[in-house]
Amino acid sequence: MTTAEATVTVTVDTRGLSCPMPIVRTAQAVRNLPSGTLLEVLATDPGSQKDFVAWSRSTGNELVSQSVDGAVYRFLIRRK
Amino acid sequence: MSIEVTTTTLERPVETTAVVPVPESDAEPTKLHDILLINYSGELERVWATMLLASTAGAMQVPCRVFVTFWGLQNFVKDEKRITGKNWMQKMLSVMSRPGISHRPLSKMNFLGMGPWMMGTLARQQQNMSPRELLEIAQEMGVEFIPCQMTMDMFGLTRDDLIEGMGEPVGAATVIGLMSEGSSPLFI
Repeated sequence: MTTAEATVTVTVDTRGLSCPMPIVRTAQAVRNLPSGTLLEVLATDPGSQKDFVAWSRSTGNELVSQSVDGAVYRFLIRRK
Repeated sequence: MSIEVTTTTLERPVETTAVVPVPESDAEPTKLHDILLINYSGELERVWATMLLASTAGAMQVPCRVFVTFWGLQNFVKDEKRITGKNWMQKMLSVMSRPGISHRPLSKMNFLGMGPWMMGTLARQQQNMSPRELLEIAQEMGVEFIPCQMTMDMFGLTRDDLIEGMGEPVGAATVIGLMSEGSSPLFI
């Protein structure tokens, strides 16, 4: 377990939801979190791979990593 | 709309079989331009597209306004309003096409409402949000919906006919002003 993994405290589960809900749910979750919080987002929408890059660029929240586990995409995001 | 956020400390990282590299991003976030959507149409598929883009802009913290004009204004009449307007022609128009975002016809394959019903059922099966749900999200995310004063007068609509949270009615000069100052316009 890396240091980053150990400090993930919030999970936003958007599995099953389609565009634009993964980023909408993430945006809603991020608003209530303190700066620096690490959160993970789970999604099954294939479009979310590119969408989270665009979302991160426009909002300034850092996309730390993204990975795929079968049909589930996992995004690690650090709150700006 | 409530959000479900579970606060848990992960026992172990999620097993991953493939790691996708994150593209290098600029140190500074990209400069955001305002977006101006012009919702002209009252047809289901166009309203849906408008609400998808508006809610996404809100989620991306991109300043977004939606100018609502002509048939678009029918989307912003409260769902429970059945007849709107002051004179018989305005009332007749609202009877011929029921106002409200939940009563939108398709431009093609409407078949007396059968088409929109099937679209709605398919969307629910795919867990897609309805235009109404997306509208609520967009409003909650700070997207501003601005009604066209001239259209309100033409259809005999009052502020009370429209949903809560709409901006002050404005005219074409406000729209042209926003565009000339650099808002990216999109006519839907």
